[in-house]
Amino acid sequence: MANYSTNEFKGGLKVMLDGDPCAIVENELVKPGKGQAFSRVKLRNLMTGRVWERTFKSGESLEGADVMDLDMEYLYNDGEMWYFMKTDGSFEQYPVEKKALGDTEKWLKEQVVYTITLWNDNAISVSPPNFIELEVTETDPGLKGDTAQGGSKPATLSSGAVVRVPLFINEGEVLKVDTRSGEYVSRA
Amino acid sequence: MAVDWRPTATIETLRERARLLGEVRAFFAERGVLEVETPVLGRGGSTDVHLASLSAEATTPAGRERLWLQTSPEFAMKRLLAAGAGPIFQLARCFRDGEVGRRHNLEFTMLEWYRPGFTLDALIEESAELVRCVLGRELGDEAGPLRRRRYRDLFRETLDIDPFTAPLGELRRMAEEQGGLAMGEAPRDDCLDLLLSFAIEPQLGRGGIDVVVDYPASQAALARRHRDPEDGEWVASRFELYLEGLELANGYDELTDATEQAARFAEDNAARRAAGLPAVDVDARLVAALEHGMPEGSGVALGIDRLIQLALGKSSVAEVMAFATPRC
Repeated sequence: MANYSTNEFKGGLKVMLDGDPCAIVENELVKPGKGQAFSRVKLRNLMTGRVWERTFKSGESLEGADVMDLDMEYLYNDGEMWYFMKTDGSFEQYPVEKKALGDTEKWLKEQVVYTITLWNDNAISVSPPNFIELEVTETDPGLKGDTAQGGSKPATLSSGAVVRVPLFINEGEVLKVDTRSGEYVSRA
Repeated sequence: MAVDWRPTATIETLRERARLLGEVRAFFAERGVLEVETPVLGRGGSTDVHLASLSAEATTPAGRERLWLQTSPEFAMKRLLAAGAGPIFQLARCFRDGEVGRRHNLEFTMLEWYRPGFTLDALIEESAELVRCVLGRELGDEAGPLRRRRYRDLFRETLDIDPFTAPLGELRRMAEEQGGLAMGEAPRDDCLDLLLSFAIEPQLGRGGIDVVVDYPASQAALARRHRDPEDGEWVASRFELYLEGLELANGYDELTDATEQAARFAEDNAARRAAGLPAVDVDARLVAALEHGMPEGSGVALGIDRLIQLALGKSSVAEVMAFATPRC
């Protein structure tokens, strides 16, 4: 991979730091009136999701990371690995470990397309679509006539996620949910 | 994706900017300081190790040659001083390669002015007046009193260390701690620069206009040097003005000695070579002008985009420029 120097650091650039692939979040130039310039850089570690803050002297460089984001459809889980398939017509499948799946495990639904981040061709993280439609598998019975008032109750969805829903929602209904906030949006 | 053609400043901001530049011109007209314009392209460039110059290939009567885009209008303005121009100011477009960020833009406008016969102290007073004039009466009053802060005292107060006498190993260790990077081989000035920009600068210009004076002699650039009355350490006769954590201006008691000037150019280029940086053509005409004789006096360069940013309550220089570098 190419090396990138501090003046090429911009949001989204993927670089290697301490052996982990990272995405640059922010790069601020710090320079006294006359003197050495520094880059104060925020990077997201793509393995852990943690944000690191590091300082580099202007002109220092980091090795680029072979990282890409691909759309893949979720297929199945064999008890150990989760399998996804490329949507480019190649039918190529990628196994994903529990660690890489992270919180997305509770938003998994077959045939839905997820964004898989690959590093050196291995899946390191999985992001769900912003909105997903899932069936309610368990919730307290709905209350008739209570459609306008604010009350809510927990509901378990087919993927395992638990979200707060309005009181009128019943088991078996399909809901639209925002995966970023984990909030109910509407009936699907 | 749609092409982003729109300005980075609102039209309303650009109107305000034009009004403030009018205030600057009125400020100097009242004081009998002449507005001048000097070339952006020159045969000599800035040799400063920490500035990266841009250059352009041009065809001139001398043939095909490389011309440097100025990092400040300093050299040409000093030649005007040597030619007897008297007090002069300029709103000059300047270029510094690689400098783009919230506080920086590849090309920017420098307000630079020279005051033959002025002491550094007199120019510090005038710089603060100019700053208050651009901020306007209300913000100008709010800015608070003008405070002189010695470089050395700032390090003692903030970091409990004497920047002139502390062992290099200790400076490196402190810089590593503040910056979170390895400073194993770093020279003394790089450590001091890091400590100043990370630990001290953000607190400067809060509740007052802070003017930092008596920099280490190694950071004199084109300023004279004098001895610190405390213990005879050499210091640079230089100041920097800060407001709201932003460095706004950099002033010198100007070096007028041609031999010393030529020596500093040579030192800079030697340091550039040692750091693996390209050498920059030296401005032989400036050295010749100093040989002829430049009146003693003080000069200052002020980043007018940053001052306008503060005056208009914006958070980046891009917001007060029609098209900042990312959208040029």
